[in-house]
Amino acid sequence: MEILSALFAFLYQAGDAFAFLVLAACGLAIIFGMMGVINLAHGEFIMCGAYVTVFAVRAGLPLPLGIACGTLAAGLVGILLELLVVRHLYNRPLDTIVATWGISLIATQGVLILLGSTMRGVGTPLSSFTFGDYSYSQYRLVLMAAAVVVLVLLYLIFNKTRFGVHARATIQVPHMAEALGVNTRLIYCLTFGLGSALAGLTGGLYAPTMTMVPSMGATFIMEAFVTVVVGGADVFLGTAPAAAVLGVIKAAMTSWQGQLAGQISMLIAVIIVIRVLPNGISGWLLRERG
Amino acid sequence: MSSPINRSFLGAFSIATLALASTALAQSPVKIGVLEDQSGEFAAATLPKVHGIELATEEINKAGGIAGRKIELVVYDTQSDNTRYQEMMRRVLQRDKVDVVFAGFSSASREAYRPIVNQFNGLAFYNNQYEGGVCDANMIVTGAVPEQQFSTLIPWMMEKYGKKVYTIAADYNFGQISAEWVRQIVKENGGEMVGEEFIPLGVSQFSQTIQNIQRVKPDILMTLLVGTAQASYYEQAAAANLKVPMGSSVNVGQGYEHKRFTPPSLANMHVTTNYIEEVDTPESKAFISKWRAKYPNEPYINQEAENSYHAIYLYKQMVERAGSTDREKIRGVIAKGDVCVDAPEGKVCIDPKSQHASHTIYLAQVGADHSITFPKVWNDIKPYWLGDAGCDLTKSDPSAQYTPSNPPPKG
Repeated sequence: MEILSALFAFLYQAGDAFAFLVLAACGLAIIFGMMGVINLAHGEFIMCGAYVTVFAVRAGLPLPLGIACGTLAAGLVGILLELLVVRHLYNRPLDTIVATWGISLIATQGVLILLGSTMRGVGTPLSSFTFGDYSYSQYRLVLMAAAVVVLVLLYLIFNKTRFGVHARATIQVPHMAEALGVNTRLIYCLTFGLGSALAGLTGGLYAPTMTMVPSMGATFIMEAFVTVVVGGADVFLGTAPAAAVLGVIKAAMTSWQGQLAGQISMLIAVIIVIRVLPNGISGWLLRERG
Repeated sequence: MSSPINRSFLGAFSIATLALASTALAQSPVKIGVLEDQSGEFAAATLPKVHGIELATEEINKAGGIAGRKIELVVYDTQSDNTRYQEMMRRVLQRDKVDVVFAGFSSASREAYRPIVNQFNGLAFYNNQYEGGVCDANMIVTGAVPEQQFSTLIPWMMEKYGKKVYTIAADYNFGQISAEWVRQIVKENGGEMVGEEFIPLGVSQFSQTIQNIQRVKPDILMTLLVGTAQASYYEQAAAANLKVPMGSSVNVGQGYEHKRFTPPSLANMHVTTNYIEEVDTPESKAFISKWRAKYPNEPYINQEAENSYHAIYLYKQMVERAGSTDREKIRGVIAKGDVCVDAPEGKVCIDPKSQHASHTIYLAQVGADHSITFPKVWNDIKPYWLGDAGCDLTKSDPSAQYTPSNPPPKG
């Protein structure tokens, strides 16, 4: 029982870290992997999703519907920004970094001015359960399940739908896709919206467990970028295995030496990966296969 | 048209205006620089500090100013960024030429700007509770220190809940030195440290930390977490059903977590603070009604807000008694040892040896519904540690920060 309890504890922690990494990174990974745009406003889409979710729940909606509202809102804001700003910068990758960074500053400060420095959250739903020596939050299991569901859904969207085929064609050879009648502008717009919506979903899912402040998105950013860098451009071959590997490393180090060691180990993992696999895990996997 | 009477009246009037103008010139305003984090990670706890300074300034200006001189505030937003503190401290001291600066939330920011205050020989008020130990003639500290917050709280909690203590602390100078104080006081009282974990600022996920705590089953958990990201700990610990009695020097009194989170995530939290808006005395109630009249939407009036408010009155008294804003003349007044004001918390006096403030310390306990009770109040706790350890600013100015393991040199 002792061993079982310790084993479950470790799996739970690794799963928890995995869920956080996948959810923090998937929106960023799609926008980067599909479009080559490094979206520094990613954290603010997460914040947007979280705030809308909390407002919706306060207005009387149940939490799952509130999260849906947050996802939708972040997605719509993403599409709007794509039309107004990002669209005009596709051939200027460095400029998109500056532009999205500017958007993130405006969003953080705007929310601070409009909604104040802090807001009361909605409280974590469900309760706790005990296994062996430890008690756990049930809601964290929901988060783990959500991470897996998001990965599966993304796989289905990109491999089984018409939009997915068009999107992959657009990424591979944009001009060829255009010549064959694919509306690449629309595809880019929808992809950016999808990435933003995923960020919003993450915000909504984590909103009940966190402090509601305008700068809350920043706490996801480090993990998100680490996961995307380690994973490389492909969401399925990159983000998922990267999150799994990093989740195990982080859980093990944090359990052994505390949070600081957990953070350091993740950053060291990135340095090693950049040195050994410059294109991330997905780049390596694709090369091995090809 | 103009009669002689009229002309002489005009003449008298213009002389009077001239006289008024010249006194106004002689009475240039007292300039106070305000460097606080109005945006970024610490904004939630720091915005009320700026409001406290503005409220006291408005009251004093209405009543005629400091020795007849109006107060003029020079306010900059330091954005929770230590580099900004350094830039703006130079700016207020060199360009704006303020008489005094009220600056700083985090201890990292204070240590970032303190060398600049020393360099330009300025005077700064630090109105925050902190880890203690700053022995610097250029600094006046009105916030509470460990001998006021921990030497009261920890023995009280150990007697009530048990001797096994676990600390989680923010990983920078505040958390590290505060944790050292906890260690020392726990040991002095015959307790045992069963764990210690330092959390980098900005970390918001605590599942593993919660499990580490469950593993060793402490009787008391000291939470020295700082910033809004780390505050997510309470929600997550409550969701995992971790119910160890908690103690802190920064929560509730600083970040009003009991107002921001859904009950009962902060239940059984104990904090020693020199003020929070729940303090139920006539002085406190009068203070709150003045505050709410000026800032009806203030989420919470925290201990730093009250510190900042009474610090302006302390400064007023120092300048009026010194007859000048000159730092050495002001320090001459402090050296007399009787600079005191009646603050909303109670009487506050400045200790000449360390230039820190004495406080009334309230032990605030958070209930399951997040209501606050005060099981114990200590009156007039002096900031004695620095003076006892050998810091005496009336004799020498080391401009250093000391800790229990690094006390002032003897002799």
